[in-house]
Amino acid sequence: MFPLGIEPYLIGGVIVGIGVSFIYILTGLHATQSSFYSTTLSYFSKLKHFQDERNLKERVWRLYLAAGVITGALLYSVLISPIGFWVTQVDLWRLALGGLLVGIGTRLSNGCTSGHGISGLASLSTTSLYAVLTFMGTAIITAHILELVGVV
Amino acid sequence: MNTRNIVVFIGGVLFGFGLAYSGMTKQEIVLSFLRLEDLGLIFVMGGAAAITFLAINVIPKIMAGPILGGVFKPRISVLTRNTLIGAIIFGIGWGISGQCPGSAIASLGTGNYPVLVGLLFMFIGAYLRGRFIKG
Repeated sequence: MFPLGIEPYLIGGVIVGIGVSFIYILTGLHATQSSFYSTTLSYFSKLKHFQDERNLKERVWRLYLAAGVITGALLYSVLISPIGFWVTQVDLWRLALGGLLVGIGTRLSNGCTSGHGISGLASLSTTSLYAVLTFMGTAIITAHILELVGVV
Repeated sequence: MNTRNIVVFIGGVLFGFGLAYSGMTKQEIVLSFLRLEDLGLIFVMGGAAAITFLAINVIPKIMAGPILGGVFKPRISVLTRNTLIGAIIFGIGWGISGQCPGSAIASLGTGNYPVLVGLLFMFIGAYLRGRFIKG
Protein backbone atom coordinates (compact mmCIF):
# COMPACT_ATOMS: atom_id res chain seq x y z
CA MET A 1 0.00 0.00 0.00
CA PHE A 2 2.90 2.34 0.74
CA PRO A 3 5.90 1.07 -1.25
CA LEU A 4 7.71 4.40 -0.80
CA GLY A 5 6.66 4.89 2.84
CA ILE A 6 4.39 7.67 4.00
CA GLU A 7 7.00 10.20 5.16
CA PRO A 8 7.67 12.01 1.87
CA TYR A 9 3.94 12.29 1.25
CA LEU A 10 3.05 13.52 4.70
CA ILE A 11 5.99 15.94 4.98
CA GLY A 12 5.35 17.32 1.47
CA GLY A 13 1.64 17.72 2.22
CA VAL A 14 2.35 19.55 5.48
CA ILE A 15 4.72 21.93 3.64
CA VAL A 16 1.98 22.61 1.07
CA GLY A 17 -0.44 23.27 3.92
CA ILE A 18 2.01 25.67 5.59
CA GLY A 19 2.29 27.59 2.31
CA VAL A 20 -1.49 27.82 1.89
CA SER A 21 -1.93 28.79 5.57
CA PHE A 22 0.83 31.40 5.43
CA ILE A 23 -0.96 33.13 2.55
CA TYR A 24 -4.36 32.84 4.24
CA ILE A 25 -3.25 34.21 7.61
CA LEU A 26 -1.47 37.18 6.08
CA THR A 27 -3.87 38.05 3.26
CA GLY A 28 -7.12 36.10 3.64
CA LEU A 29 -6.61 34.73 0.10
CA HIS A 30 -7.19 31.06 -0.69
CA ALA A 31 -4.10 29.88 -2.55
CA THR A 32 -5.83 27.52 -4.95
CA GLN A 33 -4.51 26.53 -8.35
CA SER A 34 -7.02 25.99 -11.15
CA SER A 35 -8.37 29.58 -11.18
CA PHE A 36 -4.94 30.64 -12.44
CA TYR A 37 -5.83 29.29 -15.88
CA SER A 38 -8.97 31.44 -16.17
CA THR A 39 -7.48 34.58 -14.65
CA THR A 40 -4.43 34.35 -16.93
CA LEU A 41 -6.68 33.89 -19.98
CA SER A 42 -8.19 37.29 -19.14
CA TYR A 43 -4.97 38.81 -20.52
CA PHE A 44 -5.64 37.20 -23.91
CA SER A 45 -9.40 36.77 -24.34
CA LYS A 46 -12.04 39.46 -24.50
CA LEU A 47 -14.77 36.94 -23.61
CA LYS A 48 -16.98 38.14 -20.76
CA HIS A 49 -16.38 34.87 -18.94
CA PHE A 50 -12.71 35.79 -18.53
CA GLN A 51 -13.17 39.55 -18.16
CA ASP A 52 -15.29 39.04 -15.08
CA GLU A 53 -14.50 41.39 -12.21
CA ARG A 54 -13.18 38.72 -9.88
CA ASN A 55 -10.81 37.35 -12.53
CA LEU A 56 -9.39 40.79 -13.17
CA LYS A 57 -8.96 41.41 -9.43
CA GLU A 58 -7.13 38.11 -8.89
CA ARG A 59 -5.04 37.75 -12.01
CA VAL A 60 -1.90 39.48 -10.77
CA TRP A 61 -1.49 37.68 -7.47
CA ARG A 62 -2.26 34.37 -9.17
CA LEU A 63 0.73 34.95 -11.46
CA TYR A 64 2.88 35.48 -8.36
CA LEU A 65 1.49 32.26 -6.91
CA ALA A 66 2.35 30.28 -10.05
CA ALA A 67 5.83 31.82 -10.16
CA GLY A 68 6.31 30.82 -6.53
CA VAL A 69 5.15 27.25 -7.18
CA ILE A 70 7.64 26.86 -10.06
CA THR A 71 10.43 28.39 -7.95
CA GLY A 72 9.70 26.10 -5.00
CA ALA A 73 9.75 23.00 -7.18
CA LEU A 74 12.98 24.22 -8.78
CA LEU A 75 14.58 24.75 -5.34
CA TYR A 76 13.62 21.20 -4.38
CA SER A 77 15.13 19.77 -7.56
CA VAL A 78 18.38 21.72 -7.28
CA LEU A 79 18.96 21.59 -3.52
CA ILE A 80 17.31 18.46 -2.12
CA SER A 81 16.33 15.93 -4.75
CA PRO A 82 18.78 12.99 -4.87
CA ILE A 83 18.08 12.61 -8.60
CA GLY A 84 17.93 16.27 -9.64
CA PHE A 85 15.62 17.06 -12.52
CA TRP A 86 13.16 14.43 -13.59
CA VAL A 87 11.15 13.82 -16.77
CA THR A 88 7.92 11.84 -17.07
CA GLN A 89 7.61 8.85 -19.40
CA VAL A 90 3.83 9.21 -19.72
CA ASP A 91 2.83 9.39 -23.41
CA LEU A 92 2.37 12.87 -24.85
CA TRP A 93 -1.15 12.09 -26.07
CA ARG A 94 -2.11 11.30 -22.50
CA LEU A 95 -0.64 14.55 -21.20
CA ALA A 96 -2.48 16.46 -23.95
CA LEU A 97 -5.87 14.76 -23.74
CA GLY A 98 -5.73 14.57 -19.95
CA GLY A 99 -4.69 18.22 -19.75
CA LEU A 100 -7.58 19.27 -21.96
CA LEU A 101 -10.12 17.46 -19.76
CA VAL A 102 -8.46 18.76 -16.57
CA GLY A 103 -8.76 22.31 -17.94
CA ILE A 104 -12.43 21.97 -18.86
CA GLY A 105 -13.40 20.00 -15.77
CA THR A 106 -11.67 22.02 -13.04
CA ARG A 107 -12.98 25.30 -14.44
CA LEU A 108 -16.49 23.89 -14.72
CA SER A 109 -16.32 22.48 -11.20
CA ASN A 110 -14.71 25.67 -9.84
CA GLY A 111 -11.92 23.81 -8.14
CA CYS A 112 -9.32 21.08 -8.34
CA THR A 113 -7.20 18.95 -6.03
CA SER A 114 -6.17 22.15 -4.25
CA GLY A 115 -9.33 24.29 -4.47
CA HIS A 116 -11.72 21.52 -3.46
CA GLY A 117 -9.20 19.03 -2.05
CA ILE A 118 -7.22 21.32 0.26
CA SER A 119 -8.92 24.70 0.78
CA GLY A 120 -12.48 23.42 0.32
CA LEU A 121 -12.14 20.42 2.62
CA ALA A 122 -10.27 22.59 5.16
CA SER A 123 -13.26 24.96 5.05
CA LEU A 124 -15.56 21.99 5.75
CA SER A 125 -17.40 22.69 2.50
CA THR A 126 -19.80 19.87 1.65
CA THR A 127 -19.74 21.03 -1.99
CA SER A 128 -15.99 20.41 -2.05
CA LEU A 129 -16.40 17.05 -0.31
CA TYR A 130 -18.80 15.90 -3.04
CA ALA A 131 -16.46 17.28 -5.72
CA VAL A 132 -13.43 15.47 -4.25
CA LEU A 133 -15.28 12.16 -3.94
CA THR A 134 -16.49 12.55 -7.53
CA PHE A 135 -13.17 13.40 -9.19
CA MET A 136 -11.24 10.90 -7.13
CA GLY A 137 -13.70 8.11 -7.86
CA THR A 138 -13.77 8.96 -11.56
CA ALA A 139 -9.98 9.17 -11.78
CA ILE A 140 -9.53 5.82 -10.02
CA ILE A 141 -12.01 4.17 -12.38
CA THR A 142 -10.33 5.80 -15.41
CA ALA A 143 -6.84 4.68 -14.37
CA HIS A 144 -8.09 1.12 -13.85
CA ILE A 145 -9.80 1.05 -17.25
CA LEU A 146 -6.57 2.25 -18.90
CA GLU A 147 -4.63 -0.46 -17.09
CA LEU A 148 -7.18 -3.05 -18.20
CA VAL A 149 -6.77 -2.10 -21.86
CA GLY A 150 -3.00 -2.11 -21.52
CA VAL A 151 -2.26 1.63 -21.29
CA VAL A 152 0.05 1.98 -18.30
CA MET B 1 5.50 44.82 -6.24
CA ASN B 2 3.34 45.07 -3.14
CA THR B 3 3.75 43.15 0.09
CA ARG B 4 0.72 40.98 -0.57
CA ASN B 5 2.17 39.66 -3.82
CA ILE B 6 5.49 38.89 -2.12
CA VAL B 7 3.61 36.94 0.56
CA VAL B 8 1.71 35.03 -2.13
CA PHE B 9 4.99 34.29 -3.92
CA ILE B 10 6.64 32.95 -0.74
CA GLY B 11 3.59 30.82 0.06
CA GLY B 12 3.73 29.58 -3.52
CA VAL B 13 7.39 28.60 -3.05
CA LEU B 14 6.35 26.42 -0.09
CA PHE B 15 3.44 25.03 -2.11
CA GLY B 16 5.66 24.07 -5.05
CA PHE B 17 8.44 22.75 -2.81
CA GLY B 18 5.93 20.54 -0.96
CA LEU B 19 4.42 19.23 -4.19
CA ALA B 20 7.87 18.32 -5.53
CA TYR B 21 8.99 16.85 -2.19
CA SER B 22 5.93 14.60 -2.08
CA GLY B 23 6.45 13.37 -5.65
CA MET B 24 3.30 14.99 -7.04
CA THR B 25 5.33 16.40 -9.93
CA LYS B 26 5.90 12.81 -11.05
CA GLN B 27 2.81 11.79 -13.01
CA GLU B 28 3.80 8.13 -12.58
CA ILE B 29 3.41 8.43 -8.78
CA VAL B 30 -0.01 10.06 -9.12
CA LEU B 31 -1.10 7.34 -11.55
CA SER B 32 0.13 4.63 -9.19
CA PHE B 33 -2.13 6.18 -6.55
CA LEU B 34 -5.08 6.13 -8.93
CA ARG B 35 -4.39 2.46 -9.68
CA LEU B 36 -4.40 2.02 -5.88
CA GLU B 37 -0.84 0.70 -5.83
CA ASP B 38 0.59 3.47 -3.62
CA LEU B 39 -1.89 5.34 -1.45
CA GLY B 40 0.58 8.02 -0.34
CA LEU B 41 -1.26 10.82 -2.15
CA ILE B 42 -3.96 10.68 0.53
CA PHE B 43 -1.36 11.93 3.01
CA VAL B 44 -0.38 14.81 0.75
CA MET B 45 -3.92 16.09 0.39
CA GLY B 46 -4.81 15.14 3.97
CA GLY B 47 -1.68 16.69 5.47
CA ALA B 48 -2.16 19.91 3.53
CA ALA B 49 -5.89 20.06 4.33
CA ALA B 50 -5.27 19.40 8.05
CA ILE B 51 -2.80 22.28 8.37
CA THR B 52 -5.06 24.56 6.32
CA PHE B 53 -8.02 23.51 8.48
CA LEU B 54 -6.23 25.05 11.48
CA ALA B 55 -5.50 28.25 9.56
CA ILE B 56 -9.09 28.64 8.41
CA ASN B 57 -10.95 27.51 11.53
CA VAL B 58 -8.69 28.23 14.52
CA ILE B 59 -6.67 31.33 13.59
CA PRO B 60 -9.78 33.54 13.07
CA LYS B 61 -10.74 32.83 16.69
CA ILE B 62 -7.55 34.47 17.93
CA MET B 63 -6.99 37.10 15.22
CA ALA B 64 -9.49 39.74 14.08
CA GLY B 65 -8.41 39.58 10.44
CA PRO B 66 -5.53 38.82 8.07
CA ILE B 67 -2.32 40.63 9.02
CA LEU B 68 -2.17 42.60 5.77
CA GLY B 69 -5.87 43.47 5.74
CA GLY B 70 -8.88 41.79 4.14
CA VAL B 71 -11.20 39.32 5.80
CA PHE B 72 -11.10 35.69 6.87
CA LYS B 73 -13.70 33.85 4.83
CA PRO B 74 -13.82 30.04 4.46
CA ARG B 75 -13.91 28.66 0.92
CA ILE B 76 -17.57 27.70 0.75
CA SER B 77 -19.34 27.29 -2.59
CA VAL B 78 -22.77 26.24 -3.77
CA LEU B 79 -23.18 22.73 -5.12
CA THR B 80 -24.47 22.80 -8.69
CA ARG B 81 -24.71 20.36 -11.55
CA ASN B 82 -21.57 21.94 -12.99
CA THR B 83 -19.64 21.18 -9.80
CA LEU B 84 -20.21 17.48 -10.30
CA ILE B 85 -20.07 17.31 -14.10
CA GLY B 86 -16.84 19.29 -13.96
CA ALA B 87 -15.47 16.96 -11.28
CA ILE B 88 -16.24 13.95 -13.50
CA ILE B 89 -14.49 15.52 -16.52
CA PHE B 90 -11.54 16.51 -14.32
CA GLY B 91 -11.37 12.99 -12.89
CA ILE B 92 -11.19 11.41 -16.33
CA GLY B 93 -8.39 13.80 -17.34
CA TRP B 94 -6.55 13.21 -14.06
CA GLY B 95 -6.84 9.44 -14.51
CA ILE B 96 -5.56 9.61 -18.09
CA SER B 97 -2.58 11.84 -17.42
CA GLY B 98 -1.74 11.99 -13.70
CA GLN B 99 -1.70 15.78 -13.98
CA CYS B 100 -3.67 18.30 -11.98
CA PRO B 101 -3.53 22.10 -12.27
CA GLY B 102 -1.09 22.76 -9.41
CA SER B 103 1.22 19.81 -9.98
CA ALA B 104 1.45 20.69 -13.68
CA ILE B 105 2.74 24.16 -12.79
CA ALA B 106 5.18 22.70 -10.24
CA SER B 107 6.37 20.14 -12.80
CA LEU B 108 7.93 22.97 -14.80
CA GLY B 109 10.24 23.65 -11.85
CA THR B 110 11.40 20.05 -11.66
CA GLY B 111 12.50 20.07 -15.30
CA ASN B 112 9.59 17.85 -16.29
CA TYR B 113 9.25 19.56 -19.66
CA PRO B 114 6.72 17.22 -21.40
CA VAL B 115 4.14 18.57 -18.94
CA LEU B 116 4.35 21.87 -20.86
CA VAL B 117 2.08 20.11 -23.34
CA GLY B 118 -0.37 19.24 -20.58
CA LEU B 119 -0.24 22.81 -19.30
CA LEU B 120 -0.95 24.21 -22.77
CA PHE B 121 -3.95 21.89 -23.11
CA MET B 122 -5.20 22.91 -19.65
CA PHE B 123 -5.30 26.49 -20.93
CA ILE B 124 -7.13 25.31 -24.04
CA GLY B 125 -9.60 23.40 -21.86
CA ALA B 126 -10.15 26.40 -19.59
CA TYR B 127 -10.72 28.51 -22.70
CA LEU B 128 -13.23 26.04 -24.20
CA ARG B 129 -15.12 25.99 -20.93
CA GLY B 130 -15.40 29.81 -20.99
CA ARG B 131 -16.17 29.94 -24.70
CA PHE B 132 -18.80 27.21 -25.05
CA ILE B 133 -20.31 26.36 -21.66
CA LYS B 134 -22.76 28.72 -19.97
CA GLY B 135 -22.87 29.37 -16.24
